Amino acid sequence: MLRLVSSASKPASTGILTKVVPSSCSTLGGRRTIASTSARQADITLTVDGKEVTVPQGSALIQACEAAGATIPRFCYHDRLAIAGNCRMCLVEVERSPKPVASCAMPAMPGAKVFTNTPLVHEAREGVMEFLLANHPLDCPICDQGGECDLQDQSMRYGADRTRFHEITGKRAVEDKDLGPLVKTSMNRCIQCTRCVRFANEVAGVEELGTTGRGNDMQIGMYVEKTMDSELSGNIVDLCPVGALTSKPYAFHARPWELKHTDSIDVMDAVGSNIRVDSRGTTVMRVQPRPNDDVNEEWISDKTRYAYDGLRFQRLTTPLVKQGDRFVAASWEDALTAVANGLAKSGAQGDEIQAVAGHLADTEAMVALKDLINRLGSDNLTLDAVGGHAAPVHAVDVRSNYLFNATVPGVQEADVILLVGSNPRHEAAVLNSRIRKSWLHTPLEIGLIGERIDTAYGYDYLGADAKAVADFVAGKGEFAQKFKAAKKPLIIVGSAVVEHPDGAAVFNALAKYVEQNKSTLLTPEWNGFGVLQRVASRAAAYDIGFVPSKKASTTKPKFIYLLNADEVDPKSIPQDAFVVYQGHHGDLGAQLADVCLPAAAYTEKSTTWVNTEGRTQLGRAAVPPPGASREDWKIIRALSEIVGNPLPYDDVLNLRDRMWEISPSLVRYDVTERTSVETALAGLKTMAVGTAKATVSGKAFTKPINNFYQTDPISRASVTMAQCTRAFVKGENYGFSELSSASEAAYA
Amino acid sequence: MFAARLPKRLPRPLPLLRRSVSSTPCRRSDALFVHRDTPYNNPKIPFEFTAENMKRAQEIISHYPPQYKKAATIPLLDLGQRQNKGWTSISVMNYVAKLLEMPPMRVYEVATFYTMFNREPIGENFVQVCTTTPCMLRGSYDILDTVCSHLGGIKPGDTTKDGKFTVIEVECQGACSNAPMIVVNDDFYEDLTPETTKKVLSAFAKGEKPKPGPQSGRHTSENSAGLTALTYHTQPYGPGEFCQPEFQ
Ligand code: SF4
Ligand code: FES
Ligand code: FES
Repeated sequence: MLRLVSSASKPASTGILTKVVPSSCSTLGGRRTIASTSARQADITLTVDGKEVTVPQGSALIQACEAAGATIPRFCYHDRLAIAGNCRMCLVEVERSPKPVASCAMPAMPGAKVFTNTPLVHEAREGVMEFLLANHPLDCPICDQGGECDLQDQSMRYGADRTRFHEITGKRAVEDKDLGPLVKTSMNRCIQCTRCVRFANEVAGVEELGTTGRGNDMQIGMYVEKTMDSELSGNIVDLCPVGALTSKPYAFHARPWELKHTDSIDVMDAVGSNIRVDSRGTTVMRVQPRPNDDVNEEWISDKTRYAYDGLRFQRLTTPLVKQGDRFVAASWEDALTAVANGLAKSGAQGDEIQAVAGHLADTEAMVALKDLINRLGSDNLTLDAVGGHAAPVHAVDVRSNYLFNATVPGVQEADVILLVGSNPRHEAAVLNSRIRKSWLHTPLEIGLIGERIDTAYGYDYLGADAKAVADFVAGKGEFAQKFKAAKKPLIIVGSAVVEHPDGAAVFNALAKYVEQNKSTLLTPEWNGFGVLQRVASRAAAYDIGFVPSKKASTTKPKFIYLLNADEVDPKSIPQDAFVVYQGHHGDLGAQLADVCLPAAAYTEKSTTWVNTEGRTQLGRAAVPPPGASREDWKIIRALSEIVGNPLPYDDVLNLRDRMWEISPSLVRYDVTERTSVETALAGLKTMAVGTAKATVSGKAFTKPINNFYQTDPISRASVTMAQCTRAFVKGENYGFSELSSASEAAYA
Repeated sequence: MFAARLPKRLPRPLPLLRRSVSSTPCRRSDALFVHRDTPYNNPKIPFEFTAENMKRAQEIISHYPPQYKKAATIPLLDLGQRQNKGWTSISVMNYVAKLLEMPPMRVYEVATFYTMFNREPIGENFVQVCTTTPCMLRGSYDILDTVCSHLGGIKPGDTTKDGKFTVIEVECQGACSNAPMIVVNDDFYEDLTPETTKKVLSAFAKGEKPKPGPQSGRHTSENSAGLTALTYHTQPYGPGEFCQPEFQ
């Protein structure tokens, strides 16, 4: 066991005082041993079941077998985790080897002759299965994993058809662990594959999960009583090949064969993780990750996975019109007429008509809304963010100014990363695991400007404000020198920097810096400057130009259309303005409205999402929208008719044609498009010119997300997320003794 | 370990009328592999190496390259256990983790893996009775029973009321040629009979330390019946003696 995790728990040498030690674990600050994986060498050829295959040298035998089309049963092997080789389910026969060989732990050898379908192999698998089942409770009927359990499936396929188990002493009993409100444990079922331990240590950076005891008594846990505080913890539920770790919120709710799977896109952050929405009837039962190596690998964050219960609560299901101080349910016709009347009565003209696009606004709806507002003669297109009423300081004419140009997989190529005002752990949790992976296995150096945070990797702390950026640009300090010398440096600017009073100055300084260092930062292969968006709708909003003109940004609005805008500052809305809210939850925005138009949530509509890299992906409707709610763009289309300015698209295909007109990238799915060096440079020039007069106030950057678990109306309505907030953010005791949690803090 | 216990637990055939449905007793091992806070063992109890042990610890750490400091986990835990009255408390583990700059869980893994780290307090004298096959054949269960009854009828795993002795059963200590044997603290007492066992224990009870090694009077593991080989010459051969002339 120790051997497995040794690469993850990095020993530390003393020294390097500037290294920040994240609070969760004192070792992170130190130097890590870098795995010296040898460079990929020539391919080798071997024979599997009489078939010749060629695989890269260094592949495991199991990979070679897979390449040859032979299925190898396995429990502990997982291609994204370190190899453990402790379940022995993957035994195969290799010529001239006296015993069957664990194919996951055995490197493929040139010329080897492997057999995966011989009596010996069958018997070996049957034997292993028998041992695994000797201590496994046969409680499949009451186990949540039933139906999607590797152990169940493989014992049907490879196990013996009768039992020889007559132990009078019974089976091993292991006490259940409390890992918090997300992961339910039933440790009797554990087969000690250690996948969860490896995931926690290598990917999530929770170095508190491990194995205690030995032999028959070995168990998985934290030894001391502790919850698993990680924003990626839900993934161990998927990894666990048996029912030892299951989802607490989903416990006993559904069986996998009852569920309808719909491939979709997550909107809880701007990474655009690929998800599969599992629904039964009209309810979303759970959200699972879908592998996509270019985006989320195989992981999703806990918010993505568990906020779905928020889709059931606080929903707007019928149009509401305010009468006096009460909302009264209305028909669609009445509600839309009320909006049209409100618009007429407010007397709003031109830029006094304002549209605000919120975090969860889909691209189709934003395009329709922008078209409608433009037709009404206004340019007042505001984003639901601090300072969103003005055009963003980085300018949006060139895509590379606001996108994460290095792309998510590209992060792993970087050799130095500078984070400016960003906490990727909370703003893009899955991306953060990539940075951690790279930090563990390569000599990657990371610098941070902004609020000190616990990132799951060590970093050089450069300062908290725009002055630190200026120092960095001036080449002061050791890190700035390292950055200059790097081959593939990467600057990640947080999306909160745009909202900061010193944002302009920071962008100005960085734009100039990138121009000066374009030999490394801006080459045809590498664009090392990028903004990490944290909101699902933001990149698309910039893409379609959902930003106000200069004149519009100073106009006081009289009619405000809130499209999924739930973060607005109520004070920014003039008393006498007529406010329409369109969205799916009765959150903040709805409270401010005169008319509420119920819309569909992301699981209920097939819409386009553009992630922080500028990757356009299509979400799909899994369930119908509840009650009278409708798809967003259709509401706007209907409204356009009533206000007497009908939009020219009648179905989604026409609307997507319109999107193609605006930007062809909006209908090119699943790919990222690199901005050419010349265009990117031109973009940086505009950025530098636009921010030339910026002054520095010296206010420190703060992290925009204080509570990872509640950032949007869906997660705020979710009971599970509220429990996570209690357990992890407020640190309220979640069923463990005060003593142990307090003292752990002392050691952190 | 189980050999001693299982036979006593064999369930008698159930009376036919009463049918207990789930009759499987759960099988627990003797040690708990999770930590529970107790007044005597919780992370708030401070632990630190004494100055002398600290020097030793540094010396041990210096044996390993600085980035592999954690290789010193086992020797440091042992040092900590010795300083902490023979048992490794959670504070000892946390302290070692801090000293070696590694996540505490990695230390817990080690400490729970090796049975020689006692994670519960033990008595002043730690009596380990070997009951593995060679010792068993030579009557180690008699020795175990003697030890237990002599110490006031305690069971393996228990500590006497006065806190002077803790008894446990252990597996082979590598002294089979002098079976049966017990280990008291760091010393082996071998070739035991119930009588000599009592003598050894009484001496410890009085605070004395009897001479370790075989208690039967024989020297190490020499044949107790005297030499049967190499008896012809009273003296070892000299160089070249009895060799071919050319080698003499
Ligand atoms: S809990 Fe599940 S994933 Fe973890 S070791 Fe046990 S079987 Fe494997
Ligand atoms: S998959 Fe090979 S040993 Fe577990
Ligand atoms: S069997 Fe007792 S010492 Fe070897």
